[in-house]
Amino acid sequence: MRFLFKTDYAQDTRLFPFGGTRRFWAGLALYAAILVALAHYAPVALNATHWLGVAIVYAVLFGAVLLRQNADGEGGNAAFWYGLLGVGALSAPFVLDLYFLSQITFVYVYAIAGVGLILLLGMCGQISLGHAAFMACGAYTAGLLQAQGFDLLVTLPAAILLSAALGVVIGLPALRMTGIYLAFATYAFAFIVEEVLARWDGLTGGNMGFVLSDPSILGYSFDSEQKMYYLAMALFVLTLLAGLNIRRSSTGRAFMAIRDSETAAEAMGVNLAVYKTTAFAISAGMAGLAGAVYAHLLFFISPEGFTIFLSINLLVLAVIGGLASMHGAVFGAAFIVVLPQLISLTKDSLPPVVGQLPGLESGIFGLVIVLFVIFEPMGIHGRWMKIKTYFQLFPLYKRGTFKRQKSYMVSEKNR
Amino acid sequence: MTLLEVENLAVHFGGIKAVDGVSFGVDKGEIFTIIGPNGAGKSTIFNLVSRIYEPTSGRIRFEGKDITQVPPHRVAGLGIARTFQNIELFDMATVLDNMMLGRHAHRRTGMLSHLFFGPRTRAEELAHRRKVEEVIDFLDLQHYRDQMIANLPYGVRKVVELGRALCTEPKILLLDEPSSGLNVEETEDMSFWISDIKNILGITVVMVEHDMNLVNEVSDRVLALNYGRVIATGTPAEVQAHPEVIRAYLGGDETEAA
Repeated sequence: MRFLFKTDYAQDTRLFPFGGTRRFWAGLALYAAILVALAHYAPVALNATHWLGVAIVYAVLFGAVLLRQNADGEGGNAAFWYGLLGVGALSAPFVLDLYFLSQITFVYVYAIAGVGLILLLGMCGQISLGHAAFMACGAYTAGLLQAQGFDLLVTLPAAILLSAALGVVIGLPALRMTGIYLAFATYAFAFIVEEVLARWDGLTGGNMGFVLSDPSILGYSFDSEQKMYYLAMALFVLTLLAGLNIRRSSTGRAFMAIRDSETAAEAMGVNLAVYKTTAFAISAGMAGLAGAVYAHLLFFISPEGFTIFLSINLLVLAVIGGLASMHGAVFGAAFIVVLPQLISLTKDSLPPVVGQLPGLESGIFGLVIVLFVIFEPMGIHGRWMKIKTYFQLFPLYKRGTFKRQKSYMVSEKNR
Repeated sequence: MTLLEVENLAVHFGGIKAVDGVSFGVDKGEIFTIIGPNGAGKSTIFNLVSRIYEPTSGRIRFEGKDITQVPPHRVAGLGIARTFQNIELFDMATVLDNMMLGRHAHRRTGMLSHLFFGPRTRAEELAHRRKVEEVIDFLDLQHYRDQMIANLPYGVRKVVELGRALCTEPKILLLDEPSSGLNVEETEDMSFWISDIKNILGITVVMVEHDMNLVNEVSDRVLALNYGRVIATGTPAEVQAHPEVIRAYLGGDETEAA
């Protein structure tokens, strides 16, 4: 928390809550280099325990450096924790088994789409039930271009741009609609896209779908789970940085202005039409990127993978993760990856009457959303903030700390 | 020199003539107040000038240029800033973000460069930040810089909204009831700030106001409005003494009025 005096305006435009980001990134890059060197040139084959040892030794050294430099800095020990997280994420492919690794890879992919949805829904206040269509667009673009022999350097930008263009088209109704009407319009559009994919056999393979091969960049093939993990992680970090950059620039502020008061936004010079469609385009582009990586992870795509249920899953991701912050994308993605696994794990130990119920998963998802909306509208991130604040303020935390005052009257007449 | 000129302005909502052929001119460097009973059309004039409403007929000229056809999001860039009667702040953003939005019309970098936040974007952000800090100092808002609007008391919100309008570096500032909902002390502060805005920052102010003390203290000229028509213009004292104005506020014999 900052108080009355400040020394430096750069604090307010900072990307991370902590200073010394150069050292932070350099430390992570060094660790990546060490991992590459060990993987290629180690005299003996290293097993998971060895890698864990390497990770722990490096984490201790790196953590000490970060703690020391940040001793009198702001943002508490954020650099330290993010540093540990980075070391852990980089070590994961060497330490975890393939099942967990592929689950984390899916978390990254959903989080990419989640960042886009949080930009659109959390920052700009525009709802979309059409994000499955953007993911489908990205997935099919990447898949079809790959079949033509292009590598990721072409297919990914193409997937992003085409999805963004589709986003502009879907965003156009947003200029005239809000709330539930917009949700319906986007849903209708997503349905059209799904139908087109199923009917246009010649191009998409129809309901049979089609199979993708390993993606590659300039001849380097991502032919293992580990390589796909790093690819997804890198793309996620880039998406997250782009999202955070939007957040701290005038574009992000314009989005927030549109969310909170369109009248005032316009009076401040925000062109509503341009910014609403931009929000849709950026969000759709990110969903398209997620779709492309998703397709490569599954090796097989068909219209069935991109139904309304995927759109709702993404919405669940954003709402349960927390719309107020980009952290929500990761929390939400982890949630929608882990919950189905948990359900299928516990399914067998339940009595068959309950365990074999059709629609058990959707039912539990629905229940969780309802509970979150009632008891924790700020999502997992909001809950996390409360727990953190509780310990920071202990023993002074009061139950009302996060309670907001009733809002004052906002005029409806100019809307 | 006339900065803002309104000529025969009218807007009809169905059969209701909210503003019915109003003309006036605001000179550079003055504080011009519009008074009138409820429903007289004061706020409607503001909404017409800031282009939220489409006028049925008439002309609005700013610095000699006709702005009757300018889209509403361009108005701020021309140098016309406004506040709202019921406070239209961005509730879920901090004071700082709200004020930075006031700088929106002055941005020079494109949206694509914001994705990467390169050196030019950073330099621009810092320059905006510096401007915002000047306004924060001017209005004594340092305490609230990082607080969310939703957590602020009403009086502070009023000041933040004034600050947000100042951040656009306007040539003319439209204040819609700056003192409504404020206590006596806050109203006094507001009156000092309005005078300072004119005297120190050199910004022309047009305001709609009910509090006659405030009107008398700061206004150079007053325009009285009733049923969408101008009934008097002049110094505060002249307008208050005008028989039509007294009749509009206190009521009177209808036949006598006609």
